[in-house]
This record gives sequence, C-alpha cells and structure tokens, in this order.
Amino acid sequence: MLTIKVLGSGCANCKKLESVTRQAIAKLGIEAEVIKVTEYPDIMKYKIMSTPGLVVDEKVVSSGRIPSEAEITTFLTSALAV
Amino acid sequence: MKLSSLKLFPTTGHPLRSFGWIGLAAVAWLLLYNLIQPLADWLAYSALGLDPASQLGSSVAFFLYDVPKILLLLSGMIFVISVIRTFFSPERTRALLGGKREGLGNFMAAALGIVTPFCSCSAVPLFIGFVESGIPLGVTFSFLIAAPTINEVAIVMLFGLFGWKVAGLYIASGLVIATMAGIIIGRMKMERDVEDFVWQIQSSGSEIFESLTWEQRFARAWESVKEIVGKVWLYVVIGIAVGAGIHGYMPEDALVSIMGKNAWWSVPVAVLMGVPLYSNAAGVIPIVSALMEKGASLGTVLAFMMAVVGLSLPEVIILRRVLKPRLIAVFVGVVALAIIVTGYLFNFVM
Repeated sequence: MLTIKVLGSGCANCKKLESVTRQAIAKLGIEAEVIKVTEYPDIMKYKIMSTPGLVVDEKVVSSGRIPSEAEITTFLTSALAV
Repeated sequence: MKLSSLKLFPTTGHPLRSFGWIGLAAVAWLLLYNLIQPLADWLAYSALGLDPASQLGSSVAFFLYDVPKILLLLSGMIFVISVIRTFFSPERTRALLGGKREGLGNFMAAALGIVTPFCSCSAVPLFIGFVESGIPLGVTFSFLIAAPTINEVAIVMLFGLFGWKVAGLYIASGLVIATMAGIIIGRMKMERDVEDFVWQIQSSGSEIFESLTWEQRFARAWESVKEIVGKVWLYVVIGIAVGAGIHGYMPEDALVSIMGKNAWWSVPVAVLMGVPLYSNAAGVIPIVSALMEKGASLGTVLAFMMAVVGLSLPEVIILRRVLKPRLIAVFVGVVALAIIVTGYLFNFVM
C-alpha cells in the first residue's frame, strides 16, 4: 500500500491537488492512504519551498503546482514498481 | 468558458511540433488582435446602430474594444511570462541569492521576485526556506514585497490600458520600493520578531531540480494561462464595463479636485482604499484607467495599484504564522510608506 501525503496549509490549490490525487488512485484501483499535512513545521521536513507538495512513500514528487492526473498516475505506478 | 477541456499540447510527439503549434498560435493571435478595433466599431456603430458621438455609443464601443483586447493580451503575455518562469524556481532563486551583500542582494531579490513563480499561499514555506539557508531577513523581505507587487496581471493590464510607459514605471517603482523597504527592514535587525519555530526547522539541504523539455514548458505555461485567465476574466469584464460607463458618462476633469495632483491627501487615501481590494486587482485597473482620463493623477493611481496588489490582507494573515505582530506592523508600515512616497514623487515630477 502506498502512503501519499499532500503538503499544504489548506489553500484552494492543496484541496484541488488532493482531489486529483484521489481520482488517480481510484482510476488505478490501487490501495493508498492519503494524508494531509497542514502544519508548517511538518511540511518543512520535506524541504519544499512552495505548496502544494505531493509526497509518495516519503519521496517529494512535485511542489508548487498541481500535476495533471496523468502525471500523478505515473508517479504512483513508478512508486508501485519499486 | 470551458477552458479546462482545451488541450493544446499533446504530451508526446516531436519537440519541433510544439514549436510549430506556438508559431501558428502566435499568427492567429496577431490576426485576432488586429481585427478587434474594426470589429468593435462595426458591432457598435453598424450592427447596433449607435452614434459614435453619443455617450452610449462611446461607452459601448469602448467596452467592445477593451474586453477582447485585454483578454487576448492577458492570454498571450501570461503565456510568455509563464514560459520564462519555468526556468526559475524558489529553490534556484534561493541559490542565486545566497551570500549576496545588502543592497545588491535586495535588488536581486526584488528582480527575481518578478520571474520566480510565486503564490501568496506559498509565502510561509518560501520565507522559512530563505531564512533557514542564511539569506538575511531584509533580502527575504525584498523578495516577498516584489513578488506580489510586480504582478503579471497588473503589468499586462497597465500595458494594455495605459501603454508601455506606465507599465514600465510601475515595474521600476515596484523594484525600488521592494529594494528600499527590504534594506530598511534589514537594518532594523528584527530577527527576534520572527516566530521561534522558524529557527528550529532544519530545511536547507537537498532539493528537487527539474529539467524540463520545451514541450513540458509550453504545456505548463498553457496550464497557468488557463488558471489565471479563468480566475480573472470576470473581474476584467466587470471592471471594463464600469470603466466604459465612466468613460462615456462622467464629465471631463470631474476628478481633478479630488484625485488630481494638487489634492495632497489623495495618495494616502488611495493606499488605504487599495489594501482591502486585493483579489480584484484585475477589475480595479480598468476603472482606474477611466478615472485617470477624468483627471486623476498618475502618482495617485500608481499608489493605489501598488496597494491593491502589494499589500494584501490575505498575505499579511498568512505571514502572521511566521512573523510576530511587531514585524508584521513594520512590514506593512514600511511598504505603505514607500508606496505613498512613490505616489507623491510621481505627482510632483510628472
């Protein structure tokens, strides 16, 4: 099972990233847990400088933008392949 | 407007193909841009049969010309700016600013504030990332002031409605304000007024540096055009409608006494009024442009614009997470003062 974290303090873009990520998970039909990280000290542990950030199995895959569903699908499948 | 369903760039294919598409889009853009004036005149005066000399006729023609013109300008120029921005990231900007001395560092931070992708919702991680890596507080503030103030939508709309001189003056004064305010804040040595948790975070270290293909750059730029234009187009339309009304119906020189250069209090009042208007920057500019036609002075108008985009309530609230009240107050005070001084300067010089 994948652990996915959405980093962001709850702005509109963070919510959008979360919903796109959930869509990608649902379409792939995989098991994944989506956790929202909203506290800055926790967000900054991932060394990002712009939100929203997306973390798949503790690896930062994007920050400061909302990747497309296709892009997120690639992140997820490559994380599954490891 | 169903922009979200438009997919201009296929994600696979030969890289030259995407340049081909860009070329085609540029030609179509130019054609459209040159067709706006004749089409607007034809619609207003022939199709609707309005009299060019009448108040209604001049208002309608103004509206029909300005709306497509500004929306086209916004789409085209934001695309170009966004492509440039794919070459910059907050991480790269931080690396460029490392070890720069006061003055030069502040100016570079302000200039990089224009080209670095920035959203006020990211102000906190950016602030922490800068300060943690040892960039001085004053230099960090120069960036944080310039990034929202010299805003791409404001630049494009000033260019479209006032011309390149005013847009250039706006950029130059934004740079000066951000540089000076950053130097002043830096000299005040207010490190104690940054929330304590910021200093405990260990965030500097590895970062993701992406290398993008041209196709990906174009695709991302197109995404941001859709996002930004999708967000502001309604404000633009409403703003131009109000502006068109003023253009047609308000008598010439109606505002000279209250917004002209001899009304000394107009600059601070403009700044005070601008602060709460944050999200409506796109709608405010066309109104302001019509007001200027009726006698409002350039300094007052620029000060108002700067206050609208540069000093926003949401950003102040977000920054409160990392700054103690005293530093917040200094930040707002110094920037407001710098904007007021700039406003007076333009009113006296021009």
